[in-house]
Amino acid sequence: MKVALFIPCYIDQFFPKVAIATLQVLEKVGCEVFYPVNQTCCGQPMANAGYASLANSCNKNFIQNFYGFDYIVSPSGSCVAHVKEHLHYKPREKEAAIMRNNVYELTEFLTDVVKVVNVGAYFPHKVGLHTSCHGQRMLGLSSMSERVGPSFSKPEQLLNEVKGLQLMRPARVDECCGFGGTFCVTEEAVSVRMGQDRIRDHAANEVEYITGGDVSCLMHLEGILKRQKSRIKVVHIAEILNTKWSIK
Amino acid sequence: MEHKIKDHSNAAARFLKDEERATWHDETLWFVRSKRDKAAQQLPEWESLREMASGIKAHTLSHLDKYLLAFEAKAKANGVHVHWATDAEEHNRIVYSILAKHKAKNVVKSKSMLTEECGLNHHLESQGISVVDTDLGEYIVQLRKEQPSHIVLPAIHLKKEDVSNTFHECLQTEKNNFDPAYLTNSARIVLREKFLEADAAITGVNFAVAETGSIVICTNEGNADLGVHSAPLHIACMGIEKLIPKAKHLGIFLRLLARSATGQPITSYSSHFRRPRKGQEMHIVLVDNGRTQQLGRKDFKDSLKCIRCGACLNTCPVYRRSGGHSYHNSVAGPIGAILAPNLDMRKNADLPFASTLCGSCTNVCPVKINIHEQLWSWRQILMKEWYGSPAKKASMKAMAFVLSRPRMYKLSGKIGRKIMQWLPGLVNNRLNPWHKNREMPQAPRQSFNEWYEKNKR
Repeated sequence: MKVALFIPCYIDQFFPKVAIATLQVLEKVGCEVFYPVNQTCCGQPMANAGYASLANSCNKNFIQNFYGFDYIVSPSGSCVAHVKEHLHYKPREKEAAIMRNNVYELTEFLTDVVKVVNVGAYFPHKVGLHTSCHGQRMLGLSSMSERVGPSFSKPEQLLNEVKGLQLMRPARVDECCGFGGTFCVTEEAVSVRMGQDRIRDHAANEVEYITGGDVSCLMHLEGILKRQKSRIKVVHIAEILNTKWSIK
Repeated sequence: MEHKIKDHSNAAARFLKDEERATWHDETLWFVRSKRDKAAQQLPEWESLREMASGIKAHTLSHLDKYLLAFEAKAKANGVHVHWATDAEEHNRIVYSILAKHKAKNVVKSKSMLTEECGLNHHLESQGISVVDTDLGEYIVQLRKEQPSHIVLPAIHLKKEDVSNTFHECLQTEKNNFDPAYLTNSARIVLREKFLEADAAITGVNFAVAETGSIVICTNEGNADLGVHSAPLHIACMGIEKLIPKAKHLGIFLRLLARSATGQPITSYSSHFRRPRKGQEMHIVLVDNGRTQQLGRKDFKDSLKCIRCGACLNTCPVYRRSGGHSYHNSVAGPIGAILAPNLDMRKNADLPFASTLCGSCTNVCPVKINIHEQLWSWRQILMKEWYGSPAKKASMKAMAFVLSRPRMYKLSGKIGRKIMQWLPGLVNNRLNPWHKNREMPQAPRQSFNEWYEKNKR
């Protein structure tokens, strides 16, 4: 299984530990992982700010780097959702169409493609899961509180198998944290307030960690937690899954 | 133009200054959304109801001309006068002329977002006609000379203390009597007189049935019925998108509307009006006001499916924390943010950006409007039409330039991280909105790319 590792720009620059954990998790579950070294950004920051027209060269670069792999996997639901919905490049539209279909967020790749049940991780802590909106509502990683239907969650499925981990659900199970890309600065007041509310909801469960599948949400929450001098830490789900390896 | 883009954000920041009120606003609306969730979960067929409603609306919109003409013919045959208005001004003129012909001086109105959109009250008042909004919430905001802040719960931004003060000032109720029952009853006594002396009743329309030429009005207070049944003149104002083909379709929409709006299985009063009663005159004004223009916008035509339940407002984490007035438009929230730019792109260019694109609005929408996708599409159009600031465009261009060149991206990343490590003051200052209430992420020594080149290559 030839898997291309798609590491979004801000993870590459600021959270290399998440990228390393993702790479190692994928290797440990038996994937042949390639990292196209000339990848940069999927173009989402420009597109969500209304400048999708400027993202053309990013799309071109993305296709150059990632075409030809069986799967493209990333530890960011938001960037994956963007590629799935908006990766277009006129001269290579056929390739773009294929890639929009084989790009996966890490947890959905592990549960749906690799079909891993237990990754053999050990994380003896009380953990709250932040279900990031793009992963949840655009990629369908878990059932949504607004919809009527069966309940499921791909990240929870994986976390439930982690030894020692006590998973806690916040009262508002899937409300947005307020990051929202450039929204976090253009609407600073609302963004921060939303983040503070999410943290209050998790803190009520006395969690030690907040985890999730999107570094962007975690970065926003971490920024607020640190300013509040809170003892709660954030950790990406890949980092939890990468603890103590022994696959069963 | 930059100040335009920041309008919602500034208003939201002002709303959030009163932390306690903001918490109360958020929790009250969340309570309504939770009620909606429970009501929806009780119907296993919920998702298929949504699918059907969406389909019926899509069908109606693609044959709107046909259904409008059928509706007009039926309504006329029922003895109803039908008028057509291309815009808000014409709508106001028509309503005024009907009232003037009847020498009507006192009008009772039931809640109608269309008349709000057209600024009808102001127009009639400037012509010497008294208009009283008879929905309790609407009456409260009218006394305060405010706009409704929510399409279903117009006074949700106010607490009972605010209402008490307003009533004390305008209706001479007891000072500092905050008892909701006392306050409601005080309004009821005043409104009862208004109903009795009204020369005309103006109502909105929730659904208009092409097959029968009849209209349906949903209220929880029965105020539309009271007005219509007591006044000799009934003027119903509706946007042309309110149409549905057949009476049998009503069941689907009535089940969805109340549950989505408030979590009730059905609104207290779903009143059907087909023809004027004996001695009464009935008029229906069909208003376009930009709707055909929106119908012609491929990416946005589905916004006309909206049945104004307000569910997207209740669920929107941004709306709950910024309040309806921050949207400076008659319809607030996510749906307002996709309807408003159609009416005036320049004035409303900020609204599609007042969202994290979380998608919850799309999920609660009973007629399955892809609201968050339309917000995204509006952003593209507004920036293409130059409603963004030149500074924003320049920074986006620079970003796109760097991010599409791998070597330049790696180099600027390295420089950026070094600056953050060596000169944190350059980033951690008051000019950085991120830093105001959040710590910056720590810049690592090595990017993943650099780690990979060393360890894996």
